[in-house]
Amino acid sequence: MPVTIAAEVLSGCTGCEIALLNTGDGFLKLLDRIEIVHMPLLMDSKYFGPDEGSEEIDIPRSDIGFISGSIRNREQLLLARTMRERCGVIVAFGTCAAYGGIPALINLFDNKDLFRRYYRTAEATDSASSPCEVVPPLLDRTFALDEKIEVDAFIPGCPPHPDSIADALDRLIEGRLPETPVQSVCDACPAKREGKGTVQKIKRFLKNARYQPEKPLGEMRCLLEQGLLCIGPVTQAGCSGKSGCAPRCIQARVPCRGCYGPVRRGGNQLLDMLNALASNGIDTKNLPDRLSMLRFSGAHSMLPRQVRKPSS
Amino acid sequence: MNPGSAGTAPNGTSAREIVIQPVTRIEGHARIGIRLDENGNAAEARVHIMSMRGFEKFLEGRPAEEVPGIVTRICGVCPWHHHLASNIAVEGCFGVQPPPAAVLLRELTLVQAHISDKVLHFFFLAGPDFLLEPGDRSVRNIMWIARKSPELAEKVIRMRYNGHMMLEKFAGRSIHPEAIVPGGFSKPMTARERDEMRVGAREQLDFARYALDFAKERVFPKFDPATMELGRITTGFLGMVDPEDGSLRLTDGVLRLMRPGGSFHEFSQREYTDFIGEHVEPWSYAKFPYARGWGDGFSMDLENPCGIYRTNSLARLNVADSIGTPLAQAELSEFRSLFGRPAQSTMLYHWARLIELLYACERVIELLDHPDITDQRIRSEVTPRAGRGVGCVEAPRGTLIHDYSTDENGCISRANLIVGTTHNQAPINMSVNRAARDLIKDGRVDDELLNRIEMAVRAYDP
Repeated sequence: MPVTIAAEVLSGCTGCEIALLNTGDGFLKLLDRIEIVHMPLLMDSKYFGPDEGSEEIDIPRSDIGFISGSIRNREQLLLARTMRERCGVIVAFGTCAAYGGIPALINLFDNKDLFRRYYRTAEATDSASSPCEVVPPLLDRTFALDEKIEVDAFIPGCPPHPDSIADALDRLIEGRLPETPVQSVCDACPAKREGKGTVQKIKRFLKNARYQPEKPLGEMRCLLEQGLLCIGPVTQAGCSGKSGCAPRCIQARVPCRGCYGPVRRGGNQLLDMLNALASNGIDTKNLPDRLSMLRFSGAHSMLPRQVRKPSS
Repeated sequence: MNPGSAGTAPNGTSAREIVIQPVTRIEGHARIGIRLDENGNAAEARVHIMSMRGFEKFLEGRPAEEVPGIVTRICGVCPWHHHLASNIAVEGCFGVQPPPAAVLLRELTLVQAHISDKVLHFFFLAGPDFLLEPGDRSVRNIMWIARKSPELAEKVIRMRYNGHMMLEKFAGRSIHPEAIVPGGFSKPMTARERDEMRVGAREQLDFARYALDFAKERVFPKFDPATMELGRITTGFLGMVDPEDGSLRLTDGVLRLMRPGGSFHEFSQREYTDFIGEHVEPWSYAKFPYARGWGDGFSMDLENPCGIYRTNSLARLNVADSIGTPLAQAELSEFRSLFGRPAQSTMLYHWARLIELLYACERVIELLDHPDITDQRIRSEVTPRAGRGVGCVEAPRGTLIHDYSTDENGCISRANLIVGTTHNQAPINMSVNRAARDLIKDGRVDDELLNRIEMAVRAYDP
């Protein structure tokens, strides 16, 4: 009997599923070992029959449930709970499911602010009241999966590297849970570090890093030591995959933005980074919007709701 | 759980409602609700977009140069398009122009990203409707194609994969890129990288020709009169063209808004608010853009629509006078001789998509052949300041508009986005309404019929 898998996308972008397809030949080989029983993106899975209305959601039972995306509305909450009930193991697939991801940036604002902007004051919009018929009501903020249901395993990454997905699936098919290494992006980064005390101030990324394009990455000076805000030190490793490549953003010669979430579950990327910078005597006062160091891990009440400015 | 529970009509009488939830083999969350009249005929159908994340709001306060790496997450299928449109908007705010090599590299990555996307849609998402014999919905998917036609499946899976890997090898990431930056590009292309990508690009072009031949032999013959009528509506079209010769452009062009009769207005990216308005309906989180510039308001009435235009592949081919690459131009000529201009049949989106695939593959090779593509000057330094910028590109699903304003620190004070699929909200609703009314009679529905209604959605690749 092949292992059965169900997959749902909640408040997300489908990038995790595209990363799954990016296992390439691995995806075809996978199909010999698993049976996908529910995956609305790729197959015609329906929640109910055409005459059954919208009261109940039916998802077939399966061994493993992959859920990507965070939880933003009542339908997604119901889907998450139904998946929990029907799947033996629940995997939080990707950073949105694990930490809230980019959609959790909305936790800085309340729904009233959002609706006022989106439906009433946007440039080209004919002002109207907010949609409320048939569409599921929004929750008051965006939640990571484990804030609402029990989660057995996490595959972080925005999106996760196809190697991590393939590895996790291998283990899950064998009845084990995937492992997440407690390593930082810096542990996998070949950029050259010269040590403490060389940088006083962090600057915005307004011009490119210094490097020789033809030379290997190992000859490029660490981007943080070049004075760019690279949050690799407080971000979980994994984006470079298994091939011994450098972290992906570093390959593009841009600083890490933290898309794998904190090195350890429960860590706070903003506080950890500020501590790391302070202990190196680096001044961060001139950095605008330090909160966006939590842009990938803002669920779990990490991001505070901003006090609303007086409305104009 | 939904406030508008099934089975109760607004006037309180009992009526039957057919629900398709979720709409499948699309990216995103949608529900179709079809209200039947007392004779069991479809009276009205609606496509509800069930979720929203609120990018327009939470971009506020972010440093503008960080935003191109945030908005990628709007869509995991077309992150490059958001990435580039966002960078162009930020450059408008900061008053900076990218160097020529960066302009080439941006178009290269954008067009390359179109290639994988079109393969994904035609073969993985829509393909099962045409490649498999009608039947049980449990087998109507790429997994079944892999079992039935392993050679074809292997080929398309590899081509989609190769496109992603070419981007990844050059730019570090293919999904959610960071390589385009305000002022240019984060790294130059070395001669070696160019030569490697050329090898892959030639293979892509061979595949695009194969795909079009394959479709002409195996798929398009299934476009019988009933299929050509499926979800057919008559609308205007919006897309980007070259300001000089009116040929197809995916970036760095002007917008052309065509009326159903074929006449058109051309306008710069910044002028979009003069021509496009967004209507709000109480039953969908998505807004409904319409051609405000036509002055007729907004109506999705099938007999008398107002302000309705479409985007995505068919729209681009309709508004463009020509295509600048030879193989795709030959296909466009044939397409026009068969279906006229503007072509209106919704199913022709698929055909147009494969012509665009051919264009994208030819265009990638052209760009790689450009002598400036390996130039090392790839980024102008940017200085944060207050300003406003609008960035438009053609994403697979249509004209993508990012419009930002910044404060004196160069942080976003206001963001307005109209994304490709959103333009097609009203047309998708109308096409589904048309299909439902044509197909649902005397209360009879079955799986195959309901799937045909979904095919009217899938054509738009929402």
